[in-house]
Amino acid sequence: MPFRDSTETIAGCNTHFMRGGTGAPLLFLHGANGAAHWLPFMEALSERYEVIVPEHPGYGASEMPEWLDNIGDLAFFYLDVIDHLGLDKVNLVGQSIGGWIALELAVRNDTGLASLIVNAPPGIRIPGLRKADIFLWSPEETVRNLFQDQSFSEQALAAAPTTDEGQMVVLKNRLTTAKIAWQPRLYNPDLEKWLHRISVPTLVTWGEQDKLIPKEYGPALAGMIPGAISETFADCGHLPYVEKADAFVARVSSFIEESAR
Amino acid sequence: MKFYFMHLMPYADLDLDYDQKYNSAWITLPNSYYDPKKGHVLYNRYLDELEYADQLGFDGICVNEHHQNAYGLMPIPAVTAGALSRRTRNVKIAVLGRALPLLNNPLVVAEEFTMLDNITGGRLIAGFVRGIGAEYHAWGVNPAESHGRFHEAHDLIVRAWTEPGPFTFEGKYYDFEYVNTWPRPYQQPRPPIWIPSQGSSETIEWAADPSRKYTYLQTFTPAAMLAKYMKMYKEVAEGYGYEASEEQLGWSVPLYVAETDEIAMREAKPHIETFLNKFLRMPKEMLLPPGYLSLKSMMGVMKAKGAIGGHQTIDSVMEKGMFICGSPATVREKLEQYQKEIGFGHLLTLLQFGTLPAELTRKNIEIYAKEVMPYLRDKTAAPVAAAGA
Repeated sequence: MPFRDSTETIAGCNTHFMRGGTGAPLLFLHGANGAAHWLPFMEALSERYEVIVPEHPGYGASEMPEWLDNIGDLAFFYLDVIDHLGLDKVNLVGQSIGGWIALELAVRNDTGLASLIVNAPPGIRIPGLRKADIFLWSPEETVRNLFQDQSFSEQALAAAPTTDEGQMVVLKNRLTTAKIAWQPRLYNPDLEKWLHRISVPTLVTWGEQDKLIPKEYGPALAGMIPGAISETFADCGHLPYVEKADAFVARVSSFIEESAR
Repeated sequence: MKFYFMHLMPYADLDLDYDQKYNSAWITLPNSYYDPKKGHVLYNRYLDELEYADQLGFDGICVNEHHQNAYGLMPIPAVTAGALSRRTRNVKIAVLGRALPLLNNPLVVAEEFTMLDNITGGRLIAGFVRGIGAEYHAWGVNPAESHGRFHEAHDLIVRAWTEPGPFTFEGKYYDFEYVNTWPRPYQQPRPPIWIPSQGSSETIEWAADPSRKYTYLQTFTPAAMLAKYMKMYKEVAEGYGYEASEEQLGWSVPLYVAETDEIAMREAKPHIETFLNKFLRMPKEMLLPPGYLSLKSMMGVMKAKGAIGGHQTIDSVMEKGMFICGSPATVREKLEQYQKEIGFGHLLTLLQFGTLPAELTRKNIEIYAKEVMPYLRDKTAAPVAAAGA
């Protein structure tokens, strides 16, 4: 099924969307590398759901708005997105920084959500359990460290942008990631105080071999959210939706079905 | 033209084989490589060298700021400047630092600079920088806020010096109920402000603004770039409707002068190459964190392949005019030519670099002060006077 591109102006920010499929709404929030392409897992999910993939303000083809200073700004922005698109009972799926945004959104207001699924989100800090210093990694180290199976790294390295436009997007994504995550590094000291407010069914997943954020964060985070489940993907790095795409799609779908019952 | 001795105070006793285990002399190089007993000796040697410049008739001495590295042991430059302020009598003391965006309270700089200005009776030159990119890794400050914090901190400090206090300050990053800096600056309305930079049109437009007319200092760049940015400053000033004086333009460059060209090259070679390849060594991600440069400038740097990290030799940096080296006659001739063509009023020479030992540093300072400086003073006196007339 083909996806549709659109640009919507929300909170004064021209925001790029990809949308495909019909069914219950599924809003996917991407991680630090953006969402420049309609990926196979999005296509697979679009067979059952209306899949909505925005690029965050400051990432990819979306504008860098004046108001963007911190993670809370993006959380409120996506509450505006839910209102703007008239979404009801949306299944919110977030990868990494997108998962952090989803958690920040849910502690503020989760009345529009049907379920919450986050994979390897930063957002809290457990003393002694350090996340990797992603800002000191070279582009190649980053790609190597994203995956457990290095054949995915090889593919990603071969597909690295070569045009000026593509490289500019890489720099822009990195800048916005620094804006929201450099200091405090990849967490918000206030988030964990309010995670108990999340009242929708929540699934926290992690790749067993995640080199960016240790998998021990998974059960710790789930323990702070009432009723949340923590699970892992075996033989998998930071991006299960690429490295274990079938298992990821299957688990996201089954969790959404369980939540609807 | 005025003459300054700039010091970086490197940890010259560094085990130079560190790079077999670590990819940088900054941030991630364990401080177990630093021996405090050797450091004590180095600090006092370097302070002696700067104090000696006062006796030899230099116009100024310059201290620097960098954090968590072996390249320069001056994380808090006010300590260095404070030590020098009571042991020197005539020289200006330029603090180049201070890296304003790193500070949660920039009023610290307003205070430390006015203390130095009062103690020295107005010999302070106030430098404002953003620091190099590595500083943002070292101090954890968000590089995406670097420009915004710099400008706001600058405005706050200059107002603290020039407006009667107490007043309130309302910025994006800083908000103060009471700005009422004691002591007030000795120099009125404020100490001279210098802006060191590796070359940036945005910085030049800002520094040359008629409300500022700050001295723009080009640091460690090829002579062709120096010429380009000095010309740019003059053109920008013209665009603002005034003629830039030589006082507004400065150049900072490592220099080694000895009895003959051959001796100078032989003595300087191992030490300048250590400076270039060991002390300056760092990966691109450390030097250029996101937001430190504009996206457009970052693209430019990405395209300039090999700009960072390639092996450099004494010949390659001399060819580019990034290092001046030779007999007194050679050095005089080069500097006179650059000054004539480019027209800067402040020459900051780095007379110690890398592992250059005490006796060679002392010889360098002496020959420079006795055989280069007086000649250039005479040669460049006339145009400076004419420009001021």
